[in-house]
Order: sequence, then structure tokens, then C-alpha cells
Amino acid sequence: MGKTMAEKVFERKAGRPVRPGEIVVASVDWAMGQDGTTPLAIQSFEEMEGKQVFNPERVVFVIDHNAPSPLEAVSRLHDFMRSFARKFGIRIFEVGEGVCHELMMSRGLVVPGDLVVGADSHTCTYGAVGAFSTGVGSTELAVVMMTGKLWFKVPESIRLNLLGTLPQGVYAKDVILHIASILGADGATYKALEFHGPVIEALSVEERATITNMAVEVGAKAGLVPPDAKTIRWVRERTDRSFEPVVPDFDASYARVIDVDCSVLVPQVAFPHQVDNVRPVTEAEGVPIQEAFVGTCTNGRVPDLAVVASILKGRRVHPGVRLIVAPASRETFLSALEKGWVEDIVKAGGVFVPPGCGPCVGTHQGIPGDGWNVISTANRNFRGRMGNRESSIYLASPATVAASAIEGKITDPRKYLG
Amino acid sequence: MRLEGRVHRFGDDINTDYIISGKYKFKTLDMQELARHVMEDIDPDFAQRVRPGDFIAAGKNFGCGSSREQAPRALLAAGVRGILAKSFARIFFRNAINCGLFVVECDTDAFGTGDEVVVDLEKGEVKNLSSGVTLSIPPLPQVMIDILREGGLVSYFKKYGSFERV
Repeated sequence: MGKTMAEKVFERKAGRPVRPGEIVVASVDWAMGQDGTTPLAIQSFEEMEGKQVFNPERVVFVIDHNAPSPLEAVSRLHDFMRSFARKFGIRIFEVGEGVCHELMMSRGLVVPGDLVVGADSHTCTYGAVGAFSTGVGSTELAVVMMTGKLWFKVPESIRLNLLGTLPQGVYAKDVILHIASILGADGATYKALEFHGPVIEALSVEERATITNMAVEVGAKAGLVPPDAKTIRWVRERTDRSFEPVVPDFDASYARVIDVDCSVLVPQVAFPHQVDNVRPVTEAEGVPIQEAFVGTCTNGRVPDLAVVASILKGRRVHPGVRLIVAPASRETFLSALEKGWVEDIVKAGGVFVPPGCGPCVGTHQGIPGDGWNVISTANRNFRGRMGNRESSIYLASPATVAASAIEGKITDPRKYLG
Repeated sequence: MRLEGRVHRFGDDINTDYIISGKYKFKTLDMQELARHVMEDIDPDFAQRVRPGDFIAAGKNFGCGSSREQAPRALLAAGVRGILAKSFARIFFRNAINCGLFVVECDTDAFGTGDEVVVDLEKGEVKNLSSGVTLSIPPLPQVMIDILREGGLVSYFKKYGSFERV
């Protein structure tokens, strides 16, 4: 019987044959923490009387969730991270460098076949480069920092065959929102997702990351795309670290196999307050909005800013809407500047905030007012997520967000394309 | 390992943003401070009502969303000792055990607010003293039982120094 990608990564990292459901202790290639979770990990590390870090070169801290600091208490926690990183020689990505998950990929850190843990639920994103990556808690991050190892339950996998071709105006985000509506918010709990088919093959690595990023929104432990020539080239442009890609066996055994015909999709919108509360944009059109947000580990990358700029160029954001844009990284921001997209977006009335998580987590940079509707490219629309329980969040693709920002109400982006 | 307490009933898909909002958790490591805001966005009075030793009984997918370990820690600091739910999101489930918070997967339809429950992990059962219903609970992996027995991952790790027992 063949093996899935997840099983093969664990086999390699545990150093023995494994079966789904089995508990294994495996060596991790990277351990990552951000500013919302690392201070607690450091506290646990100290409580466990940690004396050393297993390999400082394979531990990464990122200050992205609450950056630049809006409060003195936050500044103290950032300094707590900085001083620990300095003491142990850990790499730290500073304020303004970008979102942790984008940096782990775009800086060429994670390579195909890696096993990665991060104290952030969207660590599952790196499946876009063929790694098994998953979110852990702060104390588990502390244990991994000390030992380089963690226990895992080898997951079963769900295979999603993404068939057909994407119609105009339909993007990776629409595909994963549609998948969330099929599987539900707990449809893949304890399992890994494996994405196959012509649609995933045609997407860029950045667009694949939009899909793997939201694996956790259906409860999955990881979301993986088998690496192909495109993946290898993308990674090779960023690192000369050696790697051996992991691909699933043709006769691997899956808990479920789901065919998704993407040719018939229209733009999708997740309604408040659940990510799986997804409907076609045609059922959302006309909902008034007061804020529009483009960014995050889901949709803050180069292809996302490109489509937003192309829609906004020469147009105006509706006077009743605050359009906020947070590039996923400094490099993304620089690309957008170079290509003129920043000018297109700012002239249209958009507001850029620094590369990082922006207003996604409700701490700063665009907390909505009472009764506001926000349309966002983020991955979560829980009540209060953006810092005000009296507001409502709709999730959509960057194109849908840009079109809606122009009209002041949720708008089908297809009329602005082509 | 046996616990007895009073139930607060919640619904499906209680996410970790509801348990402790990002706007609070990013600025402090003081769990008593976070405990004052636990469940605020879904039940603003919960932090005032909850008493030491209480349980939460919820529907499916409890603890979905963010990986924040502050979620189980803030619940513990508020006095909650255990969660009964039809299912749990996986990161929360691990975090809860790692903090010493009991998490029990069972059919919670027979558990309402105010019910008195007893959870006995050795016997593998949960009993609703108010309604008389007794349910068996699926066994946890040994590593999780060991971590819970030590009161959490910090104590477990101080004692064993690795997972090599797994």
C-alpha cells in the first residue's frame, strides 16, 4: 500500500515506517514563533529551566502581529523576545519585515520535505512548497526549541482533486472558500489535506499558499501540494540548501477523495461569523461596507496586490469606505512600489499600513466601528476578530475586496476585469 | 484523575478568539488579567459567573482557530477545570492537555447549564449527576495521560526531559 505525503514526511523524520493514527516522535527542521505566542514560549522555556536551543539557526522569531507596537506593554514583550533571541543567537525578523508565514517561504527557509512547527495556526501555509507544517502552542514551541523534537499523531489525509480551469474573476481564495463550504469548519479535524489536479498545478506558489494557508479553517493539521518543477524552481531561486522532495505514492490510501469542479465556480464570500458560511458573491451583492482590507498570510502577496491595483487604477474608493492594505512582506511592498501598484492604490484612496498582519487580529491599524461591515482578504471572520464584536466580517478574494471598496457595497469583481 | 463541577453550556465552533480576544492576549502574560475577559465576545458576563472548578460543555469543534495557548490558560485562570465537547480542534486539544486542562470528547447533548458532572479519566467515564446520564469517553494517547497526570507539559518535561518515553 502506498503512502500519502504526510505519511512520507513523518516516516523520514521519525526514521521508521509509520501508519496513520500512530504516535511518533519526530525531528523538526524549523521552529517558528510570532509576537503573540513567543513571549509565552520563552516563559515556558524558562520554567522548564531550558539552558540551550537545539539549533539556533533553525529557530525563527517574527514580530508581525502587533507591529510597530501600539502600546508600551507590547513593546516590553517585543523586547523580551529580542533579548532571548540575542542570548541564544536566534534569527529575529523585525517590525516591518513582514508576516511570519510569508517570510518562512519567501526567504527560502522552508524547503520541500521539511517538517515545520510554528506557534501560529497558519503555519500550515508551507505545504505550498511541499513541507509538512503545522501549528503548535507556546509550551510545545518551547520544548521544540530545547530538543528539536515533538510528538505527533500521524494524520490520515483527504485528497482534493481540483479539476477544470478557473474562470475569469475566480481565484485561489474562491477555491479554498468553496472547499470550506464543502468540508465545514471541522471537516478535516486531525487530518491533512493533499491538493491535486490541473487547477493547483496551474497556480503560482504564492497562489497555492492562499489555499494551504486556510487548511486550518477546516480543522486540518496541514495542507500539502505535491512539489512540481514550479515548486523546485521557486525554492531554488531562494536557497541553495539541499533537499529531497516528498511526493505521494500513486496508490496512497486516503480517508476521503473529493473532486471539485472549479470550472463552474463564481467568486465566493464567507458571511459572518463563520469561515464555512460561504455563498456565491451573487448572493452577497449590495451588502454595504465601511471597511475593506487587503493583506495577511492568506492574500497579501504580489499576485494579490497586482489584481487590487489593476482594479483600482484610475478609479476611486467609495467615500464611505476605509481601504487598508498591508503587504505580506517588505519585498512585496518594494515590488508593488516598483510596479506602480502602490501609486494606483493610494491615488484611488487606499491606505498602506506596514508589512505585517495589519488589522487582521484586532489589535491595531483598522479596528472597525460599531455596526460596520468589513470585507477582507483574511482567513477568519469570527465575531470580534478584528477587535470589535459589534462589527461583521466578510471574507473574499482581493479582486472582490477591491471591487467592493469602489462601490461601497459587496460587488462581483467580474465587471471590473478583462 | 477525577474532577467534579458545574456546567456552563455553549454551542458549536467556539473559537479561540472568543475564548480570549487578540486585543487582550497580545499585551500581557498575566493570565489573571486575561481571565477577566474570557469568552467576552460570545458571552460578556461569563467571566463574572464562572466559579472555580466549573466545566464548559459545548458542541462540535471547540477551540478552533488560532493556536494561542492563552486560550486554555485563561480558562484555567478563570477557574474552569474541564471542557466537555462533541469534538475539539486539534491545536486547542493539545494546548489544553499541555496546560493541565481536562478535555473530554463526548456527546454533550445531555449536558445543560447548571448540571453537576463528574469526570473520571481512570474509569473512562463522565457522569451527569443532575440527569443521571453516564457516558464512556474515548481513551487518550498515553503521552497525553502522562502529561495530564504531571499537571501539564512544563512539569512533564522537567521530570522526564524528553518524549523518549512515547
